[in-house]
Amino acid sequence: MKPFAYLRPTGLPEAVAAHGGRPGSRYLGGGTNLVDLMKLGVEAPDTLVDLTGLPLASVEETSDGGLRIGSGVRNATLASHPLVRTRYPVLAQAVLAGASAQLRNVATTGGNLLQRTRCPYFQDVAKPCNKREPGSGCGARDGSHRDHAVLGHSPQCIATHPSDLAVALAVLDASVELHGPDGTRSVPAAAFHRLPGEHPERDTVVEPGEIVTAVLLPPETAGLPCRYRKARDRASYAFALASVAALLDIADGRVRRVALAFGGLAHRPWRASAAEELLRGADPTETAVRQAVEAELAGAQPLRDNAYKVPLARNLACDVLLALARAARS
Amino acid sequence: MAHPIERTRSRVRLQVNGERYEGELDHRVTLLDLLREHLGLTGAKKGCDHGQCGACTVLVDGRRANSCLLLAVAQDGADVTTVEGLGPAGPNPLQEAFLERDAFQCGYCTPGQLCSATGLLAEAAAAPGSADLSRAGIAEGMSGNLCRCGAYPRIVDAVRDVVAARENAAPGGAVRGGAVRGEAVHGEAVHGEAVHGEAVRGEVGA
Ligand SMILES: Cc1cc2nc3c(=O)[nH]c(=O)nc-3n(C[C@H](O)[C@H](O)[C@H](O)COP(=O)(O)OP(=O)(O)OC[C@H]3O[C@@H](n4cnc5c(N)ncnc54)[C@H](O)[C@@H]3O)c2cc1C
Ligand code: SF4
Repeated sequence: MKPFAYLRPTGLPEAVAAHGGRPGSRYLGGGTNLVDLMKLGVEAPDTLVDLTGLPLASVEETSDGGLRIGSGVRNATLASHPLVRTRYPVLAQAVLAGASAQLRNVATTGGNLLQRTRCPYFQDVAKPCNKREPGSGCGARDGSHRDHAVLGHSPQCIATHPSDLAVALAVLDASVELHGPDGTRSVPAAAFHRLPGEHPERDTVVEPGEIVTAVLLPPETAGLPCRYRKARDRASYAFALASVAALLDIADGRVRRVALAFGGLAHRPWRASAAEELLRGADPTETAVRQAVEAELAGAQPLRDNAYKVPLARNLACDVLLALARAARS
Repeated sequence: MAHPIERTRSRVRLQVNGERYEGELDHRVTLLDLLREHLGLTGAKKGCDHGQCGACTVLVDGRRANSCLLLAVAQDGADVTTVEGLGPAGPNPLQEAFLERDAFQCGYCTPGQLCSATGLLAEAAAAPGSADLSRAGIAEGMSGNLCRCGAYPRIVDAVRDVVAARENAAPGGAVRGGAVRGEAVHGEAVHGEAVHGEAVRGEVGA
């Protein structure tokens, strides 16, 4: 590891100034991803700006009836918060499906969204990787890519985003608040992560020096039936091969509101808008649900060794949507 | 704009197992390395050094954490408990239960298992309504601690023994309520394996 300066400001303007948008600066949340990548030599910052001294660690009700989750709220605190568990259970479920209790005690909401891919080529500085070193090639495309993307990948990069939390945010129509040198802005959670395209080095829309200050959960999705389900190589403590977050509100036997997102399939949480379109207003029968999910996944472009993800994701999505539909009927 | 790296070391103050530590540390020193290399507390183990095995688990302000991923400088002011501090006056009930149940073979992961189980029990006591101390719930709650010898069933036995002893000491108490709920609801997680090694955490708020 390269020696680095360490700062722990207590105010937002000081933090933004300390970072300065410089390429060598990194914000530090819990460090569970950044410190790991520093040990691997993937990250070599000269300055760490620790954000845990900022007043960003609370969950608060907003005046419109939503929730504001500070970016410094630890994953464990988020998942056990009574208002999160009762109003947005899919979020608590997704967080609890990720990592381990130890990691969730330390990992922050902001850090979770900004964690880097687990692609083994990205993590090995001796291997080619366009995300780590633009122009060096993608080792995974013709190499080991069983865990990689089946949707929205590009010739440059086939990595997936590893966050479970982000997948839940996508179906809750959450937004992410950013604060930078030019002030504060907010972006929809579903548009926070990017597709790799020509620039896989850019995971998100965050500009250099910007701080994720909060995640906002809207009142519209509070209390609606929702669920998270994740498939992985072992029963716990493993990243998603595929995961599904779904929200399904049914009135008079018809779908009034639906949101479906996949994790583990793409460079960002994959909001299944084609499937949603087909389900909106429909009677959510087994056939209707299956057709909708299959229509979404028809655009999948699996690679040599990850075609299994398509039926896996289909089965997960059908199972979760049908379980929500059954629960609504009973 | 050039930014001078003014300082790469800082003064760090910590409480470790009830004793004060103060020293000047390179910012690169992890809490695990501080404990093992500077303080001679070799209970916490360096297994993977990447947060993947849990052998380095300690309690930071009462919460379990992987000490290998924590920069010591970022923990300034924290209160750290390692396995050495769990039973300073001899084995505590959890440690007794591990002995009684033979909850290890080589013992390498044991300090991390003990600190993690301590954290799990504290979390359950703090949030009785949401704690799941069924066998499946304990297995899930302890999944951040790998055991190469595969002593998992006995580790769960040992933790269950401590839970049962607490339930008996406080019948109808908080911990018990959590266990009963968990037993009924979370059984599914174990059987989730059927679908591609899947765990179902679908019960929150359901
Ligand atoms: C063994 C292991 C298993 C895991 N399994 C899972 C899993 O199954 N599912 C899952 O979702 N995750 C999993 N994780 C990842 C874990 O959730 C992340 O490491 C964690 O959420 C990152 O949060 P942090 O606060 O520690 O981030 P840090 O490591 O501190 O930061 C991560 C990145 O975000 C930046 N950053 C942090 N906070 C901010 C902010 N507020 N504003 C701007 N930039 C910021 C940092 O500069 C850095 O680039 C696992 C991790 C490990 C080690
Ligand atoms: S998939 Fe993306 S992250 Fe992985 S090697 Fe290719 S470019 Fe790098």
